[in-house]
Amino acid sequence: MKDAPTPKRSPERPLARGDESDARLKIVIVGHVDHGKSTLVGRLLNDTGTLPEGKVQAIQAMCERRGMPFEWAFVMDAFQAERDQAVTIDAAHIWFNSARRGYVIVDAPGHREFVKNMVSGAASCDAALLVVDAAEGVQEQTRRHAYLLHLFGIAQVVVAVNKMDVVDFDRKRFAAVERDIRRYLGQIEIEPSRVVPVSARDGDNIAQPSSRSPWYKGPGVVEALDEFAAPRRLTDLPLRMAVQDVYHFDDRRIVAGRIESGRLEVGDTLLFSPSNKTVQLSGIEIWNTSRPLLQAEAGQSVGLALDQQIFVERGELISHAERPPVETNVFRGHLFWLGREPLAVGRRYKLKLNTLEVPVEVQSIDRVIDVDDLTLKEGAESDGAAIVERNGIAEVVMRSQAMLALDAFSDNPQIGRFVLVDGYDIAGGGIVNMRGYPDQRQLITARSTNIQAVGHAVDHRARTRRNRHGGGVIWFTGLSGSGKSTLAIQAEQRLFQQGYQVYVLDGDNVRGGLNANLGFSPDDRAENIRRVGEVAALFADAGFVVLSALISPYRSDRERARAAVDRLDQSSFHEIYIKAPLEVCEQRDPKGLYRKARAGEIADFTGISAPYEPPETPQLEIDTAEKSVEECLAALVDYIERTFSLAD
Amino acid sequence: MDHLDALESQSIYILREAFHPIDRLGLLWSLGKDSNAMVWLCRKAFMGRVPFPVVHVDTEKKFPEMYEFRERYTTEWNLTLIRGVCPPLEQIDPTLPPAARAAARKTAGLKALLERERFTGVLAGIRRDEEGTRAKERVFSPRGEAGQWDFRDQPPEFWDQYKTDFPPGTHIRIHPLLHWSEIDIWRYIRREKIPTISLYFAKDGKRYRSLGDQDITFPIESSARTIDEVITELETTKVAERSGRAMDHEAEDSFERLRADGYM
Repeated sequence: MKDAPTPKRSPERPLARGDESDARLKIVIVGHVDHGKSTLVGRLLNDTGTLPEGKVQAIQAMCERRGMPFEWAFVMDAFQAERDQAVTIDAAHIWFNSARRGYVIVDAPGHREFVKNMVSGAASCDAALLVVDAAEGVQEQTRRHAYLLHLFGIAQVVVAVNKMDVVDFDRKRFAAVERDIRRYLGQIEIEPSRVVPVSARDGDNIAQPSSRSPWYKGPGVVEALDEFAAPRRLTDLPLRMAVQDVYHFDDRRIVAGRIESGRLEVGDTLLFSPSNKTVQLSGIEIWNTSRPLLQAEAGQSVGLALDQQIFVERGELISHAERPPVETNVFRGHLFWLGREPLAVGRRYKLKLNTLEVPVEVQSIDRVIDVDDLTLKEGAESDGAAIVERNGIAEVVMRSQAMLALDAFSDNPQIGRFVLVDGYDIAGGGIVNMRGYPDQRQLITARSTNIQAVGHAVDHRARTRRNRHGGGVIWFTGLSGSGKSTLAIQAEQRLFQQGYQVYVLDGDNVRGGLNANLGFSPDDRAENIRRVGEVAALFADAGFVVLSALISPYRSDRERARAAVDRLDQSSFHEIYIKAPLEVCEQRDPKGLYRKARAGEIADFTGISAPYEPPETPQLEIDTAEKSVEECLAALVDYIERTFSLAD
Repeated sequence: MDHLDALESQSIYILREAFHPIDRLGLLWSLGKDSNAMVWLCRKAFMGRVPFPVVHVDTEKKFPEMYEFRERYTTEWNLTLIRGVCPPLEQIDPTLPPAARAAARKTAGLKALLERERFTGVLAGIRRDEEGTRAKERVFSPRGEAGQWDFRDQPPEFWDQYKTDFPPGTHIRIHPLLHWSEIDIWRYIRREKIPTISLYFAKDGKRYRSLGDQDITFPIESSARTIDEVITELETTKVAERSGRAMDHEAEDSFERLRADGYM
């Protein structure tokens, strides 16, 4: 049996757990099972003089009872179940100090079945130490953990190539492992600051340089960790504070929460999203302070007193009026799934976004990521992948009934992340990506005040009597090339000949005037549709049957167009799905746009590089791939006559 | 913000996250330094109030100083105190080693109290640095119907999103001090001038570092008679905090067994 090592005594380095004034750096140790993470931690604690008295002896006694050589991992593996199986079940937190600063170190389990515990330990860390076995090299969980680091936005990484003693400190073997890991990390935009050859069991290149690797000139692990930069300052980002609660213990109403980013000052005008209320900050309430607090910044838990009694509740996001969060009811999530049941399209979950909790539905699963080769498994073109399995990583689109206030993760890491709850359990988490989706804030925020609508002297019934038909909106939606304009123009002609007051609003036509100032970004497309929706509503109110022929790819835009018509009580809105598979539309390509989009000449092209969300329950579906133009036209005209005509 | 500010802010955030969804919430007030700091943090979170009852699970074997402290600060801090009583030792699992068995009385007393008061959430002032199994705890830690802790299948917890949904009949333990270390607590007590029981300070060369039942808690050698001296001592010691708590050391897994069954 191998002799137990002597515990290192270092009276010159005290056991202080972090300096009072300095924030500790939180680092996570990750890597494949059995590559020696816990051993490395045990060794780090011993070699920095952090272990309590008697710990090494106690571990030695434990190992003797089990008839095994001394095992450093037992320092961290606190549960008996872990010691018996020699695997880490849960992430443990432990403190240690180097000469430079204090650390909180999180030892994450490498077993595939414990990914949820790895996530719990790693998600809030500032930096990571990735352990790779010199003999085994890069393995599945090495890749999965590294990918998760990428997803958590942890960019500072040191790699320890462990068990160098097993490969006799072979320089070539080390170089091969280093090349592999660097190549993989490079693909996910992580550049390790150091790759260190170590033997955690024997203490080579941990706190001291090793004589067994004379060819290695870089620093040991402790020194490499000391090179990490301090965590990113959140005070430089725009103000965000999620309302945690509203207290009225006495006659004051206090809005409680933590400032997640930026700073605020008494006297500031605060904007609450998505309710879009603004109010002035009259005071910051903190118990037991000698003088009033006039400003506060990211990280502080505060209570806010407001100059007006407005109704706000938990979940709203506070910002300044300039640089507000995005508002949307649909977003793209890059997520990891931990649920017992797979994540599936059409399933509903509870979304927790900061302090907001609302139901959401999985609209689509656009990509499932294979961590082994980092390939993206694209779903079938029309309906995407159907499920994400436990421990899977995927890109999905989520939709809620309620409007959400959020930021993309790349803009604000504190705000742009979420978890999903399935039943009673947290089943997944992810980061927000708004690629392809518009900010809906400007579409819903009424800016004018002092408005009083006047009533018409000619009422709706009079118009209907004269026209012999009601007014309303026939709203087409479908891919470019699906046949919207063709059908609209022919239907317009036929209906006009039958005596209808009818008019086509075509996407390209309105862009010549009404919408000449708009481009094709998600935000501009949404505004384009908002305007056409409002104009269509006015035409309908004037007694016309309006045919609108726009792609209108987003459900939320179509819902808004419907709402514009619904505001005028006698008109009706009819959603018509002009259906044709992408391949068919691309083959037709009447305007040559698909060809340009495929060549990368057009950005944000629906169906190619921007999403299309088909209607859930259209009033009429016309399949232009299956039916002739004449058949389609007949179905459409028949629907309009049944809906609007008075003649019987 | 300095280090103590950051710890304090995180605890306030956790307390508010617990108070919002949980209707029947109680705070376990052991009268020790950690739970006093926790009461203090509640007053910070809730504008000077503790808007839920504090619970003292009384083994009736505590030090007289602890009872005095309880009476004084219940009044001074305007607390709603609920006292829980523990069953006699004879009713406790006889296969446990003696000190662990004595400690298990407290678990039984706590379970009886939870049932009587129908608490669905309990705030406990444990810390990760105290002991190995506590190092792996969650901030929001669900307990089964019999109060047991399933450490093999803990819920994921990240980005300050806590488990706040759980089936009827179970309850949740909330640990607002989990991220603090022993020396952080003392530095905070010093900064905030939080009252502390005199047993923590040296008398005749000994002081208590951790407080439990009189018969299973032992003082350590120390000359630290003030908070400053305690902090200086902790900066250099290599003795574990709970070394004076007999139930931790009887068998390799005795504390793990206590905790799996619902001990704090």
